[in-house]
Amino acid sequence: MNQTLDYLLSPAALHIPDGFLSWQISLICWVLVVILLGVAMRQTREQLGERQVPLMGVMAAFIFAAQMINFPIVGGTSGHLLGGALAAIALGPWIGMLVMAAVIGVQALLFQDGGLLVMGANILNMGFLTALIGYGLYRSVSNRSRGLRLVVTGIAAWLSVMGAALATSLQLWLSETVPLGVVMPAMMGVHALIGIGEALITVAAVAFIFQTRPDLFEVREKEKKGLGWVVVGGLVSLLVLLISPWASADPDGLERVAEDLGFIHLGLEAPYTVLPDYSLPFLGGTSLSTILAGVIGAVVVAGIAIVLARVLRRQTT
Amino acid sequence: MHVSVFDQYQDRPTLIHHLDPRVKVVMMFIYVLSTVMLPDGAWLAFLFSWGVVWTVRYMADIPMEYVLKRSLVMLPFVLAAMTIIFTLPGPPIGTLQLREWQVVISETGVVRFLSILLRSWISIQIAILLVATTPIPDLLHAFVHLRVPKVLVSIVSFMYRYLFVLVDEAMRLLRAREARSAQPLPGKKGSSMLWRARVTGNMAGQLFIRSYDRSDRVYNAMLARGFRGELMTMRPHRMHSQDWVFVLLAGIICLGIQIIGHFIG
Repeated sequence: MNQTLDYLLSPAALHIPDGFLSWQISLICWVLVVILLGVAMRQTREQLGERQVPLMGVMAAFIFAAQMINFPIVGGTSGHLLGGALAAIALGPWIGMLVMAAVIGVQALLFQDGGLLVMGANILNMGFLTALIGYGLYRSVSNRSRGLRLVVTGIAAWLSVMGAALATSLQLWLSETVPLGVVMPAMMGVHALIGIGEALITVAAVAFIFQTRPDLFEVREKEKKGLGWVVVGGLVSLLVLLISPWASADPDGLERVAEDLGFIHLGLEAPYTVLPDYSLPFLGGTSLSTILAGVIGAVVVAGIAIVLARVLRRQTT
Repeated sequence: MHVSVFDQYQDRPTLIHHLDPRVKVVMMFIYVLSTVMLPDGAWLAFLFSWGVVWTVRYMADIPMEYVLKRSLVMLPFVLAAMTIIFTLPGPPIGTLQLREWQVVISETGVVRFLSILLRSWISIQIAILLVATTPIPDLLHAFVHLRVPKVLVSIVSFMYRYLFVLVDEAMRLLRAREARSAQPLPGKKGSSMLWRARVTGNMAGQLFIRSYDRSDRVYNAMLARGFRGELMTMRPHRMHSQDWVFVLLAGIICLGIQIIGHFIG
């Protein structure tokens, strides 16, 4: 119980439950995930052959277990690992993606940590996006010095959490579950902090593996492939870096763009019309007030989480 | 953590437990989809939907507290979605005075928030019931029959097998660290956060290498026992008449709930 409530302020809080995303968004994410899973399975089969099943099965169990390893920060909160960047950097991007997909699948199916219909979205955010950003950035310096590689590992790990948080916020907003002006600053603010924990643990873990088992990395460093990862991963990272501050500071801007592009009503184009003259939240309000609401919301949620975690910790010890 | 997390209620002699796992998996997905597709404010449909879950729970003889306690997982998202009460435009039903700010509670917002809450809560309970009434190996095997790629199911089966081993390993690492007092004492500051993070990272790295080497040993052991790239099972799944009756009944109920939700309210 201690652990389950401790995660209120950990990357585990990115696991969206069923009901929070519209079924349209859920299905779109599922389609994307199925395609990517297919590619990942073919790639890893070529790479690993028969070893595919035991290696990825055990490593998925590792990520699951590693997410429980935490370190205390302040109050009742602690730093946790999401592990997407670590898996992709240490095992390679396709293996990392599959491993994370297995972890998220098991968490949803067996522990109800994250929904089933929205599992596609969760895999996309926490498994694929983190692997893409983590490996893409790391690969760009994988031939350089160990120090530089570790620095980039840290940046990549931080950004991977931010990317996952950004994608989660956008999906929640497009599903009309949470207003953008509240979800963006709250999610990005909290995860900017959580990401630091992720970065610290990932860097230390990768440094440890460098030192004890350099052979695990040497195999893949000789490969010539991977330029595509660098380009796509770099672009996605740039996108995360550009969108997050802009959308947090000026949610109206993003909503206008979304409306122009025509995907704002994705969450509402149901065969039924529940709210016929649905006007967008926030077009009336100023963005400053909504940011303030977001900050207040984040503080309230954080406060409740800390108090809850403390009370439960006291009960269990 | 031990397997008993799951199999606490898995061997009760009820109809729900004896259903074919494939039937349960498919019906659960359809039921979740059906629940998520219900429109906002269709209270009667939500009530029926929840009633079905509760009936299944009663039939499967699963304690109420167990389901309720595990459904708390959705709490953080509920807090996040709560803001929609104040932000969705609609007829105001009340105001909240926070110093100089005044927030308006809109009726549309309240309806939408409660609908999201109910959809999520009903979905999560049906998932809890599925896992509580089905042995996990059977559940995973059902996915093979449902045309999920075998490799994927095998990976997840392996993960399930080694989950408990590696979680125990992680717990031993945590215990060892606590014994060496990396935990800051109450009232005292403890060591620097950077140092604590490094210790934690080293533990993760340690666990990574142990897991990696273990996967090697597992693979070699499998080869020695004649592994040819595919996992075999000795438990065939068979559809009985009660399975077909359940499918038919559950299908009619889902359809009925949808009709109530969209046309009655």
